[in-house]
Amino acid sequence: MAEMKTAAYICKGCEIGNRVDVASLVKVATKEGKMALVREHDFLCSAEGVALINHDIDHEGVTHIAIGACSRRAKTEAFNFPSVAMTRGNLREGVIWIRPDTEEARETTQEMAEDYVRMMCAEVKAMKVPEGNQKTGTIKTVLVVGGGLSGMTSALEASKAGYKVVLVEKTGALGGWAAKLHMRVPTREPYTTPEDNGVADLVARIEADANIKVYLNARIAKTSGAPGRFKAEIAVESGVTATEDVGAIIQATGFSLYDANKLPHLGYGKSPNVVDQAGLEALAREAAAAGLPIRRPSDGKEVKSVVFVQCAGQRDNTGEHLSYCSGYCCNASIKQATYFKDSNPDIDTVVLFTDLRTPGNGEDFYRAAQNRGVIFSKGVVSEVLANGNTCTVKFKDLILNEDTAAEADLVVLATGAVPNSGPELDALNEAVRLAEGGDEVARTQVIQMMDKSVLNLQYRQGPDIPHFMHGFNDSHFICFPYETRRTGIYTTGPVRRPMDIAQAIEDATGAAMKAIQAVENAGLGKAAHPRAGDLSYPMVRLEGCTQCKRCTVECPFGAIDEDEKRFPLFNESRCRRCGTCMGACPVRVISFENYSVNTVGAQIKAVDVPDEFSEKPRILVLACENDAYPALDMAGLNRNAYDPFVRVIPVRCLGSVNTIWITDALNGGYDGVMLMGCKSGEDYQCHFVKGSELGRYRMSKVYDTLKSMNLETERLLDVEVAITDIATLPARINTYAEQVKAMGPSPFKGL
Amino acid sequence: MARKEYAFYPGCSSQMGASASNYLVSVESMCRHLDIKLTEIPDWNCCGASISYAESGELPRHVMNARNFALSETNLPGQDIVATCAACWLGARESKERLENSDRLMADTQTALKEAGLSIKAIPEIRHMAEVLIEDLGYAELQRHVKKPLEGMKFAGYVGCQTNRPFGIAGESFENPMYLDKLIETVGGEAVPYDQKVTCCGGALAFSEPEKSQAQIKDIIESAYDNGAEMIVTPCPLCQANVEVYQGQINKRYGTKFDIPVLYYSQLMTLAYGGTAKDAGLNGNVVRARKLEEFAAK
Amino acid sequence: MSDLNQQMAERYKNNFLKEIEEQAEMGEWVKMCMQCGLCSGSCPTHFHSGWDHPPQEIFMLIRAGKREEVLNSNGMYMCTSCYNCYVRCPRKVPVTHVMHGIAEYAYKMGRAAKAQPTMHLSKVFWTNATKYGRVNEVQLTQSLYFKDGLAAGIKKGLEMKDVALGLVKAKRLNPLEALGIGHKCKDLDGIHRMLAKAYELEAQRKGRDTSKA
Repeated sequence: MAEMKTAAYICKGCEIGNRVDVASLVKVATKEGKMALVREHDFLCSAEGVALINHDIDHEGVTHIAIGACSRRAKTEAFNFPSVAMTRGNLREGVIWIRPDTEEARETTQEMAEDYVRMMCAEVKAMKVPEGNQKTGTIKTVLVVGGGLSGMTSALEASKAGYKVVLVEKTGALGGWAAKLHMRVPTREPYTTPEDNGVADLVARIEADANIKVYLNARIAKTSGAPGRFKAEIAVESGVTATEDVGAIIQATGFSLYDANKLPHLGYGKSPNVVDQAGLEALAREAAAAGLPIRRPSDGKEVKSVVFVQCAGQRDNTGEHLSYCSGYCCNASIKQATYFKDSNPDIDTVVLFTDLRTPGNGEDFYRAAQNRGVIFSKGVVSEVLANGNTCTVKFKDLILNEDTAAEADLVVLATGAVPNSGPELDALNEAVRLAEGGDEVARTQVIQMMDKSVLNLQYRQGPDIPHFMHGFNDSHFICFPYETRRTGIYTTGPVRRPMDIAQAIEDATGAAMKAIQAVENAGLGKAAHPRAGDLSYPMVRLEGCTQCKRCTVECPFGAIDEDEKRFPLFNESRCRRCGTCMGACPVRVISFENYSVNTVGAQIKAVDVPDEFSEKPRILVLACENDAYPALDMAGLNRNAYDPFVRVIPVRCLGSVNTIWITDALNGGYDGVMLMGCKSGEDYQCHFVKGSELGRYRMSKVYDTLKSMNLETERLLDVEVAITDIATLPARINTYAEQVKAMGPSPFKGL
Repeated sequence: MARKEYAFYPGCSSQMGASASNYLVSVESMCRHLDIKLTEIPDWNCCGASISYAESGELPRHVMNARNFALSETNLPGQDIVATCAACWLGARESKERLENSDRLMADTQTALKEAGLSIKAIPEIRHMAEVLIEDLGYAELQRHVKKPLEGMKFAGYVGCQTNRPFGIAGESFENPMYLDKLIETVGGEAVPYDQKVTCCGGALAFSEPEKSQAQIKDIIESAYDNGAEMIVTPCPLCQANVEVYQGQINKRYGTKFDIPVLYYSQLMTLAYGGTAKDAGLNGNVVRARKLEEFAAK
Repeated sequence: MSDLNQQMAERYKNNFLKEIEEQAEMGEWVKMCMQCGLCSGSCPTHFHSGWDHPPQEIFMLIRAGKREEVLNSNGMYMCTSCYNCYVRCPRKVPVTHVMHGIAEYAYKMGRAAKAQPTMHLSKVFWTNATKYGRVNEVQLTQSLYFKDGLAAGIKKGLEMKDVALGLVKAKRLNPLEALGIGHKCKDLDGIHRMLAKAYELEAQRKGRDTSKA
């Protein structure tokens, strides 16, 4: 690489030129920033301004540029110079837009602008041009695990987009649950009549598709590698093992019905006339095949009365059964009720529910069933008694507030779904630890748990995708569906959250698109969501590593294994570039070319910290670039002013914050440090799932350090910020600034 | 503006000597000022109102309304039917909808009508007087005729139920209709906001279960008072009667001191258009509207 | 129990929902209720005492086949015809009309006779209106007051004296109407023939043999 040549550009557009003294900023960049080339421009993002920068790169040998203009989130298409290292000083959203345009504010506003110029100059000198991950894999084939409706849909969608697919199904036929259905809920206007389950059509399309290779009676014995170069060993029943090279994986392993044997009080197992929803589908298919009405199992007589019990073992608050709603069962019971009404309107058909939940177009279907004469009663079933060939369903009528009962030939329990999501990793890892210590019970447990493994990943963090709530695989329900904590592996369908067929089809289509995006990015050495396209990747200076394993344990995405010598082994293609490893590293040997302990540390040190007599405190804000930094930018857009003594540095994630930054800041005379990260915990908003949680845990240790430095713990404040906190965030900054001023200057100031 | 002509269905309560006779007086005055010609449907009959539900049955009720349609169609061809009473309007309009949507009901109705020597070809539109004012004339036209704006007077516009639900005035919400407030403002008065604008007065239950009805009326009047209203204005004869005539009984029952005049919109308009107290039927108010009487005398 | 009641009970056996669907005006809507309770919560009389079953419960009772409990309920007669339930029902069930329809059916089945004051008012009103083609308000009031006998009628009349006097003074109540000298339609014969036909057709349509009733 050529010799570093730096350049700084100060834009005067968007009122920057009127609000601050640009000549002084130029002086700061030249004298203090020591930029080789400093230019000011009236309108830097214009074609002419961009041409000026390109000219400097092409003809002046500029390799590192710092642009003092708007936020790094604005004008990204104009300021796109991939061949050089670049940073941006936020003079617009970060300075003039959040300060009042008054005479008394002018001095502090100017100081702010000058500091941001110092910071960008310092940062850019610590940066390198990211060259992209060299260890790329260019395999574009997509592996789909699970041949149900979701899996088949993903396979067909990926194929339609021109990608080869390997589809692995554990049973002897494609179709999954849907294939067991007599009919499915309607998908078309007017949403009144059940339809063919659609499986035959999908299977035919798969069989006719040259892009899709199907393995039946097969399981994944082993998965290794990384996006773009996964290697999957597929064990077929015959004992043969095939190996497939794939670029991305879609896990569509679906669900199992909650075991109705756990519901003896509802009569299951006591009378053959009590069935679950799958049992009813089987009866319906059998009846349809024979051209007969649905008959009760006990004596084969035609069913004349049927009661559907919703939420059987679901939405349970005793802790004994499923606590959640499976989402599809109300529509499924409505559909099954129409099997009876459509064959004979005189069959007494009652659905007992507490809240009928009919997502999608289910409301129309619900009304259609009511029109057919299906009786819907709001009631909670306490007990189902078997008496010979009939059952007595005892329930509390919630409208009439009385205990009552209904007689029925057949009782159908809507038991809900349990995801086929593989073993829970924390439990598995604990069992493995105990088994290694010689615990025999644990050894058996390990074998049982591993038997449930779906992917058998050869990852340090365990063989499968981590669970989130209720045993479903981790993925953010709203913001980032499909994304798991294993890069290039996407979960879809009811394995990631309860869903019905219509939702699963849409979901599976989305997952196919994510898989395609993953193989394409992997091939180019670029990051996937949420830093899609980022060419930087973690680099480690192994000679400084103490093998503490914090990076391998903390990486939220399982990107780091350990080599034979127990050093961290980075799988760059699995990395999401959150920097959690960098934040965790106590000896600071992990860095990215464009983001490192130094790039941030240099900015912290570049700020001009006034002495204790100036009454001008300095507060460092480390703001997550995903939510907090945009919220601050938008606060600027709305002209929501905040304190002029804060200096904001964007970070990739709270997880990337290394404690050295905090101690350096406090040692350097800052009076307070504010950390802004996404919500962590069960309803997390962190774009790196665990990043903000790990960052927060790490920061809790800093409080001990503060005490050892004889500093008030209030010098460090951690706040949860959502992207919508546009109005409240400036207020929180101001409150904290007042608190810091009240505490008085840091005792380290001027040392 | 050209003269507008309508087939008029005054309804039982508006007849001379009946409980809403002053409504009729004021409507006639108002229409004179606005150049609206109302021609009574010859030999019209009672709509059955809502309360006859238990005795009348379905077909007889619709047949009663159908007779009025047939008479109107025959004698006043091409004219919309206009009702001033909320129940008449609702009953007739509901029958129209039901007959038009059921061939069987229509066939049975024709069979019954034949007994009276009548038949239906096309049922005319059924309008409420408020609809005519707002839709056919418009607020600007209504304002144009104002000679004496009712300045400085505060009214609670009490819309009630049946001019509001289930049909209502097009474009208005069921929960907070604004047309009556706009009518009040059109004639220069101030419409006070209050929370019982569409509360039921009890309707026919005022006769059968007065204690229930009067509890509701009390809430309505109280809220009007609390929000600074000097008078209540309504488009419905039963609302008017219920809210006005039981004030004495409510005062006895609850120890209140209610004495608030309850007027029809048509009375306000007649006065604003320069009519006398007599034109406006103010002598028909049980709780005297002294402020308006003085205003009319000026 | 009236003969008509027995007739119907036998015809529909245990299927009360079907009975209501076929016999009560708008009864076909009962099955469409989703039990949200907005009707009951919107009802102005719901907040008074003396209700046995608000609409939501009436719907549920019908579906549960509780014939006697529904037909004997006073719930339907609490209706003021304010149409709050009607416009608010998320299922667009015409609740007001369904209540009226069930009330009418219960009445025809011989339930809730004179003792239910609103039921009584309904009967008196319709009789009054159809007798002369138009309502005679004085007679209407009198029939109401004397439903419980002479003494009660006079007491109620005295209670209402001030109300009546106020209306007389305002020329909004004509005491002469009590003598039958009031408003009436010209073609009374035609109206009565027309109504007789309507009753006959309605009974036919609902399969009610009224000759036995």
